[in-house]
Amino acid sequence: MNFLNDGLGGYLTLFLAGFLATEVWRWLGLAVGSRLDVAGAPFQWVRAVATALVAGLVTRIVLFPAGALAAVALPVRVGAFAGGVALYLLARRNLAAGVGGGAALLIGAQLLLQ
Amino acid sequence: MAEHDTKVDREPEQPAAEAAPSGSPWGAFGRGLLLAFSVPAAVLFGSALGFGALARDGGLSLAQAAFITASMQALPNQVVLIDQLARNETVLAAALAVAVTAVRLLPMTVTLVPLLGGRDRRPMLALLAVHFVAVTNWVEARRRLPSTALQARLPRYLGFGVATTAVALTGTVAGHIAAGHVPTVVAAALLLMTPLYFLLSLLATSQSRVDLVAIAMGCGLAPLLHVVAPGFDLLATGLIGGTLAFLLGRSGRGGADELSE
Repeated sequence: MNFLNDGLGGYLTLFLAGFLATEVWRWLGLAVGSRLDVAGAPFQWVRAVATALVAGLVTRIVLFPAGALAAVALPVRVGAFAGGVALYLLARRNLAAGVGGGAALLIGAQLLLQ
Repeated sequence: MAEHDTKVDREPEQPAAEAAPSGSPWGAFGRGLLLAFSVPAAVLFGSALGFGALARDGGLSLAQAAFITASMQALPNQVVLIDQLARNETVLAAALAVAVTAVRLLPMTVTLVPLLGGRDRRPMLALLAVHFVAVTNWVEARRRLPSTALQARLPRYLGFGVATTAVALTGTVAGHIAAGHVPTVVAAALLLMTPLYFLLSLLATSQSRVDLVAIAMGCGLAPLLHVVAPGFDLLATGLIGGTLAFLLGRSGRGGADELSE
């Protein structure tokens, strides 16, 4: 799976597709400042697109994983993930409880199944 | 990780130094650095661990993973980048997907900059400050800066940024190393932390019904589009799901108020 070379070319790819593609929005935000109506409809749409994309990424990582996560059965992955969300809500929206709890559930379930 | 969490959880949320009158810029910077020992920092550390493991899984070297974390400072975009590269997408396609994900940073930057006091006109410091715009720093800034003296705000915020960068880099490096040395089940648990953190962050920062519908649309469409349109599925999920959520959420205008706590 060596898709990125270790030399300058690899870092140039990361610089362009990673750093620049991200940082340009921060620069733009600094440049336009409060002249922009961030509560307006265009921004709501853009925000919805970015939100759906990240939610889609999450689903894809859980349902179609690569590497070590692929060694875990689908019901265990989905169960541990849903358990993490439930723990987050039960712990009054505590992120640490959700993230740590989900990981612990996955380990616990795998150990029980073996 | 669990041990790390409980230890950090006991740290007081408001450090004692908070009450002291603001002194030099360096004092404010130092108080900003204390963010490294907080619950949000512990969560960031956990998800950076996951990112390091994911990067190794995708074939990236330790140095490349660290470079991505330091230069991008936004985990969802970082994962999209790795995902796109691992699927052998072109640099342009990868950049496009990353840029679409990163649009969130524009409104965040616009709402953060006025909080920084606005006195300082040194452009390099301003560029550095906006480089640190990411969920953890943004939430902390909105929580802490309004009650901070004007001239102490920028240094304090820069302290937040340096602290979270150090935490994220440590997590990335530790996750990359650990992924190769821990049992598969632990590596799998590390890999699950990243998507969990993303979804919970989306839930935590959702402000309207549009956001919630967008989350549901994204989760529902992604598996479908992964089968129908592999390669374009992430962008298609975002564009179709986001647009539907926008239209649905706006048509039911009254629903937005239900969410305000």
